[in-house]
Amino acid sequence: MKTMNRRKFLKGSLLGGAAASVINKSKNADASASFGGYPDAMGVLVDLTRCVGCRSCEAACNKEQGLPAPAQSFDDLSVLDHERRTSEGAYTVVNRYEIPGQDHPLFRKIQCNHCNEPACLTSCFVNAYTKTPEGAVIYDPTVCVGCRTCMVACPFYIPAYSYSSVLNPVIKKCIFCYDTRLKFGRPPACVESCPREALTFGKRKDLIKTGNQRIKNHPDLYEDHIYGENEVGGTSWMYLSSAPFDQVGFDTDLGTQPILSYVKEFLTVVPMVLTIWPALFAGFHLLATRKDKQKKEEKSEI
Amino acid sequence: MNTLIANGKVPLAKHYNEDRSVEWSVKDKLLLGLSLSEYIAQAFRNPLNWLFAVIFTVGGYVTITRFLFGLGYVTHSSYDYPWGLFLGFGLFVMVPLSASGFMLGTTVEVFGRDDFKPIERLALLNGLLGYLFAVVFLQVDLGQPWRLVYPMFVSLGPAAVLFLVAWHVATYLSVQVAELVPAFAEWMGMPKLKTFIKSMILGLTIAGIILSTLHQGALGALFTYAPGKVHPLWYSAPFQWFHFFCSSIFAGLSMLIVVSTICKKTMAWRCDKNFLTNLDRLTIGLAKGATLALITYLVIKIIAVAHDGDWGYLASGWGQWYMLEMVAGVILPMILFTISIRNNLPGLARFAALIAVLGIALNRLNTALITFNWKLYQEIPHWREVVICITIYSLFIVTYRFILYRLPILYSWKKDEDAAS
Repeated sequence: MKTMNRRKFLKGSLLGGAAASVINKSKNADASASFGGYPDAMGVLVDLTRCVGCRSCEAACNKEQGLPAPAQSFDDLSVLDHERRTSEGAYTVVNRYEIPGQDHPLFRKIQCNHCNEPACLTSCFVNAYTKTPEGAVIYDPTVCVGCRTCMVACPFYIPAYSYSSVLNPVIKKCIFCYDTRLKFGRPPACVESCPREALTFGKRKDLIKTGNQRIKNHPDLYEDHIYGENEVGGTSWMYLSSAPFDQVGFDTDLGTQPILSYVKEFLTVVPMVLTIWPALFAGFHLLATRKDKQKKEEKSEI
Repeated sequence: MNTLIANGKVPLAKHYNEDRSVEWSVKDKLLLGLSLSEYIAQAFRNPLNWLFAVIFTVGGYVTITRFLFGLGYVTHSSYDYPWGLFLGFGLFVMVPLSASGFMLGTTVEVFGRDDFKPIERLALLNGLLGYLFAVVFLQVDLGQPWRLVYPMFVSLGPAAVLFLVAWHVATYLSVQVAELVPAFAEWMGMPKLKTFIKSMILGLTIAGIILSTLHQGALGALFTYAPGKVHPLWYSAPFQWFHFFCSSIFAGLSMLIVVSTICKKTMAWRCDKNFLTNLDRLTIGLAKGATLALITYLVIKIIAVAHDGDWGYLASGWGQWYMLEMVAGVILPMILFTISIRNNLPGLARFAALIAVLGIALNRLNTALITFNWKLYQEIPHWREVVICITIYSLFIVTYRFILYRLPILYSWKKDEDAAS
């Protein structure tokens, strides 16, 4: 009787162990705790004080990425009357912001900021995203399942989804012109098209120096902050502004921690549950059924 | 069915007829021992079936259009709200309400509380079907559902929380199927299969606890990816997984009380005496467990507000919404449960369970949809999205009923006595 029970118990715990080893794969997420970005990553510094909202960058992006023609042409500046976001047909858009106390509006170009430690990448369960040493966050649409967790995870609301497609809907976002330009050391199409040099392409660490220099030279013009230097762990695209950043549509509550650091609290729980639970609950079982067993043994002795 | 029983029909619950002369075939078992015409006649008499017929005609059509014209046709194709009702309701509400399987598995198999046996199988079935239909909802929502196995075999992203959810739900589904095999084996008359599963039931149950702890928690942890998007009162990086796990405990137990009540009211003919006479006692027992989970949940929710320093938000409109959720969805059922336990009022416990179920649904919808993007606009789901949700949930109910009518879930199979005689 006793041996039978023990054998049953061993079989049971073996199975629990086997199940645990299958799932064990899900816990090696802590390697990137203080990853500050690739040393030679490229970036772009966007100077809001120089942008006039001409939408040349939007047109250049549309052409370079082979996106569908827009409903309103790129010369039509009336689209600026409403705040827009990136979509499956537009990987970058320019928005206009009226600044209280300033006689002219500011324009902000948005696109993927190419984070040093991208939330989209860390949230993707098919590992579709890659942060390249050149600084671009690219993705492989052939493995995209369409769970859209990256859209939930992105703090900048950038990834869009081709909802209209029936057979092959995938994530759509700016890839820093990686395939056609960045890979060969060339700046992305939008930067090249800018007539006002509002966009500066260069090594990220040099751009931070450039930005600080501009702030130092014109302290009365610029806000003393480079948006993207430290936000959510730092981004490859960074911004200078003459108005407080929250007045030009930036989220200033994002903090400097990469999004992954908020998820780690749970990820550390995973291996503990996997290793402690089997023994703990098997122990509970032995304790809870101890008296029944004793009773049975007493009976069999009689 | 009640009319038929009044006319002397006995719902099928064993392998042989009264005088052991005829062995029931699978067809007889499927038709509950009725003839085909009798079976169809009783199905037509049930007004609920007519309602389902309407839902499946309209909803079935809308569901097909989702696959013909894409997600853009049935949803608002929102980039800001990538997850709508399919996940907000189908995944985030269905899964905690299905925690009953591992709760009762633990109670009976691990803690040795054999007095809960009459309701164990119902709990397991509630778990299995809840998960199964959560996956159905997921398949409707995924852009490319045929790539569902990609995270398993094609391209693995093991550091992602959703990877863990995918693996755990898949593994746990198979564990739950295995846990219900004994019921199926009895029905089909395959005793060896039952013995085989029984031999590893403890391992299965413990695997179920591990998987449930982690994926219930992981569903909460999915929202830790969106610190700026979920309202701070519904968001807590260190506690989110525990909030979701802990609330799934009373959600699962309360759902079990609700489901068992529906079974008792609508299909008493299928329940055996063991189930019916024990149900009041078991309801109070489940209420005790739910109350313990509720108080734990309440405390840890308050600790999270204190830890994250969110007191200031309580005074805002969102804060009042939060307090309403806590008072109506947590504190009220907790008090009602307590009164019902002290005064032995199973009816009150059932009412409290219903409130707790609605409370947990509100909590999940708040986290996934209502307070999500609280700094932006509010998204109202497309009507086609609502119709598809109702359709799939109806399919869930019909499947649930189909199995309850047949497999020995609410009653015990009379094979053993027969074999002895």
